[in-house]
Amino acid sequence: MTPPTPSAAAPLEVTDASVETSPLPSTPKGSDSRSPGRLAWTRFKRDRTGVISAYIVIFFIVIAVAAPLIAKLYGKDPYTTYASQNPDLLNAFSYPAGPNGGMSSQFWFGIEPQLGRDVFTFLLYAIRNSLGIAAAAAILTTVLGVLIGVTAGYLGGKVDYLVGRVIDILLSFPSTLFFIAFMPVVFGFFVAPDDDIPTSLRAISLIIVLSFFGWSSIARLLRGQVLGLREREFIEAAKITGASPMRIVFKELLPNLWTPIIIQFTLLLPLFVTSEAGLSFLGVGMIDPTPDWGVMIARGAQFYTEDFTFMLFPGLSMVIFVLAFNLLGDSVRDALDPKSKR
Amino acid sequence: MPRFLVRRVLGALVILLIISAVTFWLFYAVPRDPATMSCGKNCTPDMLAKIRHNLGIDHPIPVQYWDWLKGIFVGRDYSGFGHCNAPCLGYSFANNQPVLGTILDRLPLTLSLAFGSAVVFLIFGIGTGMMAAVKQGKWQDKVASSASLVASSMQIYFVGYLAMYLLVAKLNILDNPSYTPLTENPVSWASGLLLPWLVLSLIWTANYTRMTRSQLVETLSEDYVRTARAKGLSSRNVFFRFAWRGAMGPIVTIFGIDLATLIGGAIITESVFSLQGVGRLALSSVNRSDLPMLLGVTVLSAGAIVFFNIIVDAVYALIDPRIRLS
Repeated sequence: MTPPTPSAAAPLEVTDASVETSPLPSTPKGSDSRSPGRLAWTRFKRDRTGVISAYIVIFFIVIAVAAPLIAKLYGKDPYTTYASQNPDLLNAFSYPAGPNGGMSSQFWFGIEPQLGRDVFTFLLYAIRNSLGIAAAAAILTTVLGVLIGVTAGYLGGKVDYLVGRVIDILLSFPSTLFFIAFMPVVFGFFVAPDDDIPTSLRAISLIIVLSFFGWSSIARLLRGQVLGLREREFIEAAKITGASPMRIVFKELLPNLWTPIIIQFTLLLPLFVTSEAGLSFLGVGMIDPTPDWGVMIARGAQFYTEDFTFMLFPGLSMVIFVLAFNLLGDSVRDALDPKSKR
Repeated sequence: MPRFLVRRVLGALVILLIISAVTFWLFYAVPRDPATMSCGKNCTPDMLAKIRHNLGIDHPIPVQYWDWLKGIFVGRDYSGFGHCNAPCLGYSFANNQPVLGTILDRLPLTLSLAFGSAVVFLIFGIGTGMMAAVKQGKWQDKVASSASLVASSMQIYFVGYLAMYLLVAKLNILDNPSYTPLTENPVSWASGLLLPWLVLSLIWTANYTRMTRSQLVETLSEDYVRTARAKGLSSRNVFFRFAWRGAMGPIVTIFGIDLATLIGGAIITESVFSLQGVGRLALSSVNRSDLPMLLGVTVLSAGAIVFFNIIVDAVYALIDPRIRLS
């Protein structure tokens, strides 16, 4: 076919480094050896969209972590019904008396219709709760998927066959339907049928359900990767020198799998944010009065024709977060794996 | 091909068997008694036992599962409802209606929703994706790519209400979502479902735009496309006869999966637009602990998924001669 040009024959990393240092060819910097992590980081920093999205994502994380502090400085909380203290806030039909959903210097994002809670703090805590649940579920799912996938790929044989069939079945499950059907089962493990379900249990059940149905695609991907790596010389060398299977998995295989693991995690988190909100929207996840993106949207849906402002805050903030995270994920993918195509 | 089909259909049946068994087990993993629920307040032990017997739940769980399975193939006799013919999915615990009949009642709405929006998002998605690939790097490509990124980050439970607020409540351009059977009045069928179609398509189009674009960009740089160009075929010919065909495979795959998801019940979509389809039926059957209904919907949804997976694999092999069915 086409004769390889020198740049095509050279490893991609070297090409990148020479491009970057070309203005200063005399400096010895170009000959420094760099770790793949450093190279990915320099590639990432050059991607303007990625950097901006990273700032937006960090902004959301800061808000989520600092929500109690911000609420304290702002002087309100998401549970107090301010309208019952000051009836002038809502009009005769229980909608905010002021224009634009009752936005004012006192209530920055307005007041919730009917109950009269503060929208700003409610949204803060909603972001905190939703992101917390989604992040916990994404981490647990990734750990599960990696453990199962690597084990199946490395051990092979019957274990691999069994895991493969379980994955086939899990991927044929209608997922939303099973999320819904499975939630009462998880509750049932912890509380008696007629007791109230504590909020923390709802959160834990969401994490369990999302992870239980989520690990299969990561496991399948990693299994395939491990099947390829297993036959390579360095694994054989490790085996001959008497390394234990644990050592081979954690010290030899895992370092080679970080890129697909990180990429899968960046795909998973926005998916879980939207699934969690979807379940709470349907009333099977978190429920009112716990602040949550899905709960807010479900609340907003009750009076969206009269007061759409309330719905805009959770809706738009979620679109912005998911968009920024998707863009960030794309950039991270490009930086870690420059050969991949989108 | 026939051997492939037989093998896959058998595999699919095994998967459906396992999924229905898991659903059965899941349902009884929570200690609850459907008989108590349908018995109401002034319940005597006699009435309870009678209801249990009528519902066919006075046997151990494995026996109940076996009865349910047998009902599908040979029909089943209920002491409360009489005989139920061969594909028998039982009677609802909640309102004593036959499960199969209820699902078949709801199915046309869900199918209309699924196929209607599929037509819209396939046309728009593949169209914009093709345009973006042909105009690669130009402004059309950039607009299409960024628009699809934004659209794919949106959620039906926000955009749905936004669209209903703007287009129905404020501007009065579209009707509130409703369902009229196609056979009854095609015009009100389409106008009632137009809004859900558009909103669903807005979100789902993005996937197809991105997929079509990246697949076409890849195939347009393949050797066989270059060969076709080199032997002097017109670019239209090259595009539609060679590049397009090579790019179709992955699109068929995700389309099959998406269609199965839509038919299996777009639970959130139907909730947002207050449409009474299979998705809402699933949600209410979970909330009302209605095992036979839940089983019916689950088997239908999972069946749609495995069925479309088989179709996708077969179609893939027809499109792409490099792939052999084995």
